Amino acid sequence: MVDTAGAIPLLRRMSIQQTLRADQDSGSVMTFPADQPLALDSGGRIEGLQIAFTAYGRLNAERTNAILICHALSLDQHVASDHPVTGRRAWWRTLVGPGLPLDTERYFIICSNVVGGCMGSTGPSSIDPATGRPWGLSFPMITVADMVRAQAMLVEALGIERLFAVVGGSMGGMQVLQWAADYPDRMFAAVCIAAAARHSAQNIAFHEVGRQAIMADPDWRGGDYAAQGVRPEKGLAVARMAAHITYLSEPALHRKFGRELQRDGLSWSFDADFQIESYLRHQGASFVDRFDANSYLYITRAMDYFDLAANRGGVLADVFRPAREVRFCVFSFTSDWLYPTVESRAIVRALNAAGARASFVEIESDKGHDAFLLDEPVLREALGGFMDSAAQTLGLQSAGSASPGQR
Amino acid sequence: MNPIVREDFKEILRLVRPGSRVLDVGCGEGGLLELLVREKQVDGRGLEISPEGVSACLARGLAVVQGDADRDLDYFPAQAFDYVILSQTLQAVLRPRHVLGELLRIADQAIVSLPNFGYWRVRLDLLVHGRMPITGALPEPWWDTPNIHLCTVRDFTAVCDELGLGIDACAALAAGKPARPMDPSREIENWRAEAALFLLSRKR
Repeated sequence: MVDTAGAIPLLRRMSIQQTLRADQDSGSVMTFPADQPLALDSGGRIEGLQIAFTAYGRLNAERTNAILICHALSLDQHVASDHPVTGRRAWWRTLVGPGLPLDTERYFIICSNVVGGCMGSTGPSSIDPATGRPWGLSFPMITVADMVRAQAMLVEALGIERLFAVVGGSMGGMQVLQWAADYPDRMFAAVCIAAAARHSAQNIAFHEVGRQAIMADPDWRGGDYAAQGVRPEKGLAVARMAAHITYLSEPALHRKFGRELQRDGLSWSFDADFQIESYLRHQGASFVDRFDANSYLYITRAMDYFDLAANRGGVLADVFRPAREVRFCVFSFTSDWLYPTVESRAIVRALNAAGARASFVEIESDKGHDAFLLDEPVLREALGGFMDSAAQTLGLQSAGSASPGQR
Repeated sequence: MNPIVREDFKEILRLVRPGSRVLDVGCGEGGLLELLVREKQVDGRGLEISPEGVSACLARGLAVVQGDADRDLDYFPAQAFDYVILSQTLQAVLRPRHVLGELLRIADQAIVSLPNFGYWRVRLDLLVHGRMPITGALPEPWWDTPNIHLCTVRDFTAVCDELGLGIDACAALAAGKPARPMDPSREIENWRAEAALFLLSRKR
């Protein structure tokens, strides 16, 4: 049902300078010519920018049904299809797909790997054309606004002037807010899930633990590990283990693991006696197979630098004033202590102060931050209602009327 | 739906100026807001405590924030609305005086309706049976009611005076009968009205 190459026939109709190719690992990859660099907040620029993305569904003739999904820190563009190489399940299969709130039969859904990432978009593991070697730490620092600027370039290259919606959770939610701040005229609706308008001291603290773990690994080699043929696997695994705890909640950990042991009796050693230890070790070990350590440094840094109101004297409402015409829906989860409800409330308060059209739902869940990726019926229903009514306002056909007989 | 609420909606619909900005506090599933948007083309927003209520509102295309009238009216900036509506809810909030003050910070006018504990049937019920009254406007037994701050029309007009709130209009409400304009300062109305609706503004 999912058409990963949905964007390709669209591009054939256009005369574009960008090149688009299908890629077995990454979905599709858009390469921008050197005269269309990505300008960065840090003052630098990336020439020959590549953005890897997936696309599902069909763009309608008016090009009004496109949704951009923004992914979280450790995720990628494979939002609605299983990863072609690792086989990992589509990460938002509960929300994106035929008949789901982000309905691939009704909308044209795009998800791109962030710049700085390691799933096909230009990042620190890419080859620096100037040296012919992986960028490593010579890769410029990036920000959430840079990620969004790259997405805007992709969306424009796909011939879409205005997105129907921009949707994301966690770091993806930050990108949604950045979109509203920077490109309010290029979007109709915004959905921000389990996110914040700035990173808190606690958020930065946990990220710093992860970065220090990576950089303390002798195989990190000052960031030059790729050229030297090694990988800082232990450091990255520890970073992932620490971060993973922040995605859960005490009740969820207790329910899942309690003090259960791996085998009968204690080992009287530092082996993984407890199931929670074994689980975290597995999370760490499997992460290093799919994620680049330097990307982890760069993306966590981008998140720590995120403070949407910093340039507006700390007044978030001023950021959203140009986005008054955008329909916002903000979601939080009661047990999320990484991006707690109070952060979403601050966003909603600012949206109201700006006179924007904001809705907000706090969902009762004991699953912590990870709840945004899990099957939460209230999220599914509320998001479905929001998307459907927004689509009706915009006159987008429902899937039923577009393809009779499918439901 | 409480039959009083239906009369309430009709009267609110009559009072609200077309095209105005309206906040419905405790908007439930958005029935009144939807009516106001459709019939009066208002720019409507809602505050609702239950996620299920908010979900239902979202499906109706309404902009609704999940929150609590006692705590979350500070979501909204001063004078953001022409009207703020609090329908049959004031008696259920923890801090009615605070909420009243907030309503008239947010909006130029507040439409507040409440059951009248001075209604003659309520008084008679209590007098004759010596038990908490159960009437059309107060349908639940004492142990199952959300109403924690019941008052009479006289109590309410006294609190409005203390807070410096003017009563621009007032109507008596009863199930199945059209709203009847009334003068809330007349003692007889405190006997006659089963429920009352007030249009309030800050005294200048």
